[in-house]
Amino acid sequence: MTAYALRRLALAVPVLFGVTVVVFLVIALVPGDPALAILGSYATPESVARLNAELGLDRSLPARYLAWVGAALTGDLGRSYALDRPVLDEVLERLGPTLILAAAALTLSVLFGLAAGVASAVRQNGWVDRTIGLALLLGVSTPSFFLGLLLILWLAVGLGWFPTGGMSALFGGGGVVDLLRHLVLPAVTLAVVATAILGRLTRAAMLEVLRQDFVRTARAKGVEEDRVISVHALKSALVAVVPVIGLQAGYVLGGAVYVETVFQWPGVGRMLVEAIGRRDILLVQGGVLALATLYVAINVVADLAQAALDPRLEA
Amino acid sequence: MSVLVRLARQPFALAGLALVAVFAALALAAPLLPLPDPDATEPANRLAALGAAGHLLGTDQLGRDVLARLIFGLRVSLAVGVAATLAAALVGGTVGLVAAFYGRWVDGLLMRLVDVLMAFPYLLLALAVVAALGPGLTNAALAIAIVNVPFFARAVRGQALGIVRQDYVAAARLAGFSDLRILLSEVLPNVAPLLIVTAATTIGWMILETAGLSFLGLGAQPPQADLGSMLGDGHKVVVAAPHVAAAPGVVVFVLVVGLNLLGDGLRDALDPRMKGVESGAPQPATRVERGMTGAGSGPNDSAAVLDVRALTTAFATPRGSFPAIRDVSFTLQAGEALGIVGESGSGKSVTALSLARLAPTPPGTIVSGEVRIGGADVLGLGLDRLRRLRGDRIAYVFQDPLTTLNPLMRIEAQIVEAIRPAPGEGAKAVRTRASALMADVGLPDPERIARAYPHELSGGQRQRVGVAMALANAPDVLVADEPTTALDATTQGRILELFARIRRERGAALIFVSHDVGVVACLCDRIVVMYAGEIVEEGPARVVAARPLHPYAARLIACAPRLGQPDKSLAPIPGAPPAIDARPDGCAFAPRCDHAVAACRAGPIGLEEAMEGRRVRCIRWRELSGEAA
Amino acid sequence: MRLPGDSPPPHAEEPKGGRRVEARAASSPLLEARAVTRRFGGGGWFGTKRPALVAVDNVSLPLGPGETLGIVGESGSGKSTLARMLVGLLQPSAGDLALDGEALDLGRGADRRRLQRRAQMVFQDPASAMNPRKTVGASVEAPMIGLKGWDAPRRKARVAELFARVGLAPEHAARHPHEFSGGQLQRIGIARALSADPRIVVLDEPVSALDVSVQAQVLALLRELRAGGGLSLVFVSHDLAVVEALCDRVVVMRRGRVVEEGACRAVLSAPREDYTRELIQAARRFAA
Repeated sequence: MTAYALRRLALAVPVLFGVTVVVFLVIALVPGDPALAILGSYATPESVARLNAELGLDRSLPARYLAWVGAALTGDLGRSYALDRPVLDEVLERLGPTLILAAAALTLSVLFGLAAGVASAVRQNGWVDRTIGLALLLGVSTPSFFLGLLLILWLAVGLGWFPTGGMSALFGGGGVVDLLRHLVLPAVTLAVVATAILGRLTRAAMLEVLRQDFVRTARAKGVEEDRVISVHALKSALVAVVPVIGLQAGYVLGGAVYVETVFQWPGVGRMLVEAIGRRDILLVQGGVLALATLYVAINVVADLAQAALDPRLEA
Repeated sequence: MSVLVRLARQPFALAGLALVAVFAALALAAPLLPLPDPDATEPANRLAALGAAGHLLGTDQLGRDVLARLIFGLRVSLAVGVAATLAAALVGGTVGLVAAFYGRWVDGLLMRLVDVLMAFPYLLLALAVVAALGPGLTNAALAIAIVNVPFFARAVRGQALGIVRQDYVAAARLAGFSDLRILLSEVLPNVAPLLIVTAATTIGWMILETAGLSFLGLGAQPPQADLGSMLGDGHKVVVAAPHVAAAPGVVVFVLVVGLNLLGDGLRDALDPRMKGVESGAPQPATRVERGMTGAGSGPNDSAAVLDVRALTTAFATPRGSFPAIRDVSFTLQAGEALGIVGESGSGKSVTALSLARLAPTPPGTIVSGEVRIGGADVLGLGLDRLRRLRGDRIAYVFQDPLTTLNPLMRIEAQIVEAIRPAPGEGAKAVRTRASALMADVGLPDPERIARAYPHELSGGQRQRVGVAMALANAPDVLVADEPTTALDATTQGRILELFARIRRERGAALIFVSHDVGVVACLCDRIVVMYAGEIVEEGPARVVAARPLHPYAARLIACAPRLGQPDKSLAPIPGAPPAIDARPDGCAFAPRCDHAVAACRAGPIGLEEAMEGRRVRCIRWRELSGEAA
Repeated sequence: MRLPGDSPPPHAEEPKGGRRVEARAASSPLLEARAVTRRFGGGGWFGTKRPALVAVDNVSLPLGPGETLGIVGESGSGKSTLARMLVGLLQPSAGDLALDGEALDLGRGADRRRLQRRAQMVFQDPASAMNPRKTVGASVEAPMIGLKGWDAPRRKARVAELFARVGLAPEHAARHPHEFSGGQLQRIGIARALSADPRIVVLDEPVSALDVSVQAQVLALLRELRAGGGLSLVFVSHDLAVVEALCDRVVVMRRGRVVEEGACRAVLSAPREDYTRELIQAARRFAA
């Protein structure tokens, strides 16, 4: 297992390298003059040149990349001109809320997705299966930005059960209960699509496993059907589902952009949208890099979990 | 053709098709419809409510007609979604094909690039691309297409890898075809269905994501509007005028539901596993639907450990339900070994599996007969009593020991699971029993093997584990379904010796299913020969093997090569066995039989008592055996 | 194209060259594997290094004109890998092939085509050997297009002739593989292998996926081909009885190496090696 873990970690290195190259290139190849964009059209040529030198834009691409990566490794992601503070500080401050939101949404989607998928597969082609199947299909078709608006209108504005947005109340906020009250709507909104995807995948994986010969062997041995489903089938299905949970973390982190915008959640997603609007390029770069690194780490964990389930993968 | 038929059989897919058709028609006809100018502002009439005069769906904050904007926005969203999907499919498909076909470093390089693209949380990469290229609908669509390229590339590569390994691709190489020709004529046509399915199931998603970027203000820029940017506008006035956001929201949702229903339908129609009428995973026990007259007749053989009467198991096919085995009757005495021999499709495995209701439902249903084990009719038992019977009174050893053991469970756990503890027998005692079983079946070093996983054992060891599990509760009947077919010759011999020893030492009654008459004649007391779902001959094993009565059994034995007789004639049987849904009326073997006469084809032929405890399903056996003698 | 013998093959100066030339003079092999080795795996990106699997280990094998050679062995013996090397589908990691005494460089397209004009293959699983989206006629025509460049009328005539030869009607050519049984598909596979007039056909377990009664049909066809003369057959199988019924000479393989070789009946009735004896016993012990 340790050897496998090391191998898997080693595999993440080139991917992370690629991530930094893509993040760097996307921003470096921005058409137009970023310094001009930052300073505005009234800037003097001297101040543009000074800013270009300060940003290192007058050097060759590889040199700029190396300088940027080197700085990033020491935690220096540059300065946000619009906010006039280090990018790292801003990103770290925003990462917490995004993590809370994403973790809540992912937990909900794993719980409900697995339950729906297993129930659907076991009651294959019955009315339970058809109902769940339709619900999951509606789930994957839901625009989360629209669902968020509906929930705000109905449960927050209409019924007043939940706040319409933000992460804490302006007065007397800050406690755990307050946080949870603010968390419910955005977390549910964000979880819907991921739940539906996981549910559909779990159903397919369960049906695939239930077709396997070893399930017939278990039944021929007289193993209780509950045990056939939970021990033999579900565990095997998880081998296929766990990496997808990792991938869903990506959906949840990306989808956070909408949900944070709709619910004014002070996370990285909303920060990115605002930064793009202001052409605050270094902040976009820092935010994307932070989320991508987090996502790569989550996928390493998912793969390790998969290997822990399936002894064949360690070999 | 058949794909469309299968699509038409699915009501949900048809509903999806109808929705998509309506939306597509609206989008195409938008300029022809009697709609107000979608961009004409009317400041005096801002945020008009639903049903306002001249504005069926009201107006937005600039007084523009919501319905007109909706239909033109739909047009834009659909066009962008289709374009992004085609672009992603083209690029991703090509990448996947090339990676799979050339393999080695080409595959390594392309897949590492795909990995890097997939290392970004979905949408975040799109956001970064839009950040770089600047907001705008084209850039947003481009970003969404780029983000989806890896999905197409991976899906196509996975499928193409399987195809590149197929022998027909090797054959095309041997035919001197160029790489490009092989890609286009052999690989691409076989990947195309998957590409279509992936596109159909992704397009809804791409429309959603493009709308999402527009919603954030990064897609369509005013005055251009798609459904997403309309939602974004509506967001700003959502409390005062919810309909401005609701209209595009509902349309995008319903459109994507329609596309997904259609995509799922298309996937199911193109998926080879869906070809049957019923599909999916088998139920815990074969369905039994015996009619009033279904139960077997005649006196029960009370001395037999297993008594099978008139067993008929039907399989559902696209053309209806047909018996895979019909009217199968035999008995098994304590300690007796019965071999069931036949070619593929003869029904020998279905017979064996039906005994403990392990034949898969779907597609199987037991439609008549009785199976009595220790007096109880297995086919009438409730699920729980059936479960307790399985593994206890009747136990199975299956064909391929690699697939029949759970790959994720240690060997000991799988054997322990098979053991029914006696009252008061603790976990430790059960493990001791498991260890003894392993030693019994000749597994070396039981300590080590107990902790191993199936993939760490050899084929022969795995099959010994299978036998150990079957012997766990000293069953009355041991059913072995082609237990050595998947093994190598030398291993095969050792496993057969194990079965011979079990018979000597344990005296369990054995049903041994095989395609090999020689093996059965050596191992078993009696033999049953099956053809096209029926028993055609039954009798003492060595006698039948040496002097078969039924023409099929005779030809089958005659055409098998035998070691030490290199000049044996091996006269082949012409033709092929009938398909399950195309059985002839009379004798099923008549079309291939040299001795068939008109009477053979006239009607059903019964299994007739012949000499010395033999039965044969042939009206001419007397004359034919006379000829032979 | 060079004719055999009009210039010395490049390796003739090697130390063992003399022995090889002698052998050629004696039996003149049509195709010869010379000390071929094939390794799989080993190396790879980013820590995926594993020890290489040696599937075929230093095997030398001459094939004479008109000869029927059996290669027997259990799974993992390397017999299928060797078969694929003989037709150029796999390249040897070491050693080489010689056609008419001339060394082939299988890295070169021209040499591969030269080999494929002479040697074709029949595969184990007839269902996977036919493209499901092409008519079987198109599959049988492929070698005539790629190796012979014949025009359509000539190909059609040849397909009809081949279908008759393998016991099928010419109109069957317009059908797709799923409309045939396994035995019929295997006969079509043989027709495809014969279509461009090869001198060698390598058959990789051609009957092991078939039922006994259908297997007999294919074996009957192969016996006819053998009797027709002029064609060399390499018949790879795990089934000793089938090999004995068909082959002149046999090679017994185990773990990538040749254990024993010789005249088929002699080897199978009086084996010299323990492993061959064990194989024969396993096949005899449970045969009535």
